[in-house]
Amino acid sequence: MSAPLYGLLLTGGRSRRMQRDKLALEYGGQPQLARAMALLEPLVERSFISVRADQRDDPQRAAFPCITDVLPEIGPIGGIHAALCAHAEAAWLVLAGDLPFLNAATLQQLIAARAPQRLATAFRSSHDGKPEPLCAIFEPTSRDLIEAWIAAGQRCPRDFLAHSDVELLELRDARALDNVNTAAEYLQARGEFTERGAGAGNGAGPTSPGARRRLNIQYFALLREQAGRREETVTSAAVDARALYAELSAVRGLKLRPEQLRVAINESFADWSQPLSEGDTVVFLPPVAGG
Amino acid sequence: MAALRAELTDPGCGAYAAFEGWVRNHNEGQRVTRLEYEAYAPLAAREGEQVIAEAISRYGLHGALCVHRIGALPLGEIAVWVGASAPHRDEAFRACRYVIDEVKHRLPIWKKEYYEGGDSGWVNCERCAAPVDHAGAGAAAPATPEPHGHGHAHGPRR
Repeated sequence: MSAPLYGLLLTGGRSRRMQRDKLALEYGGQPQLARAMALLEPLVERSFISVRADQRDDPQRAAFPCITDVLPEIGPIGGIHAALCAHAEAAWLVLAGDLPFLNAATLQQLIAARAPQRLATAFRSSHDGKPEPLCAIFEPTSRDLIEAWIAAGQRCPRDFLAHSDVELLELRDARALDNVNTAAEYLQARGEFTERGAGAGNGAGPTSPGARRRLNIQYFALLREQAGRREETVTSAAVDARALYAELSAVRGLKLRPEQLRVAINESFADWSQPLSEGDTVVFLPPVAGG
Repeated sequence: MAALRAELTDPGCGAYAAFEGWVRNHNEGQRVTRLEYEAYAPLAAREGEQVIAEAISRYGLHGALCVHRIGALPLGEIAVWVGASAPHRDEAFRACRYVIDEVKHRLPIWKKEYYEGGDSGWVNCERCAAPVDHAGAGAAAPATPEPHGHGHAHGPRR
């Protein structure tokens, strides 16, 4: 049984080159903090933002559950360490706060490939071939080693992963992890979202198919047992039930294949390709056996 | 059951047939100790009404009704009941068969078997290639959502 997956958005950076709070930067009319959390929340059991002690009163940040750095001023590894200490039972999907092009498909790829028996699961950087630490899953077992790493005076999470037992993935969407460090980079990135219209800026990257929807999911029989719940409300960019099932099966560990299932939307049988709308109730039906 | 049957009576009917599906003590070579049923009630009700309407129009019935129970059921209990009344016996017999077969295949109702020795499994799910099961029980329009509850009757009547 692998540890439950929690999400952590790192927001404690100083943004020294940008000279502005990167999480307040807007893309498609929405601040990056809200966009990133909208992306993260439906994919994990609980989600948090990592903050410095002096950021806790920031109104934008206070809207989310916060985890405050225990060891201050050591950069992102301090945020990861604090999360692993705050909820030792969980594995953490850690995201940097400056990834405007990140999309659900990339996170789903990461989650689907998660290797809980290793210390972490990460993408291989297209720049230097090393693990990307700031869109990666850290297992609970990594905590003691990170503590020792910090105690030894090390700070770089990338080096930590490069020296650890890590499941490494090839990034399918090469742009998804491009970050934005300077005002010029921001203006360029923002322009790409603006050109695509407001609809594309709704919490997903510019390659995303569109807006996110709140959906009610109900689980029955074997899927209820696998999901560990009868129902949930998710926010998803999935355009149809097929994409939604791919998301949920990764997050909830659903083992049935879509071809074994039927789908019902709003209490009627539906096609897998029927477009989803805000507020829909979606039920995936395992093979029936009445009588 | 008597009340359900009474709803189907009519001076123009010469035939009434009923089918009961029971909780059986074995399935596919395993000793079964009890069953547990679960339903997606709103959709099962709607699809059950549809099956009943099809049976009525297909066989020219006076009426048909069907009840399925959900929750935990011990051995020997009735899991599902189907009744049909018609001017002649052939239609009543065939309608019962039609309703039970359609309902088994179409309604979102699931059955978990508990075996001797403590194992359990969702029928048709964990052994996905399992053939259509020939259990004595058939499915029909669904039950009220509370466990152990009796299903309510469905079926347009003329």
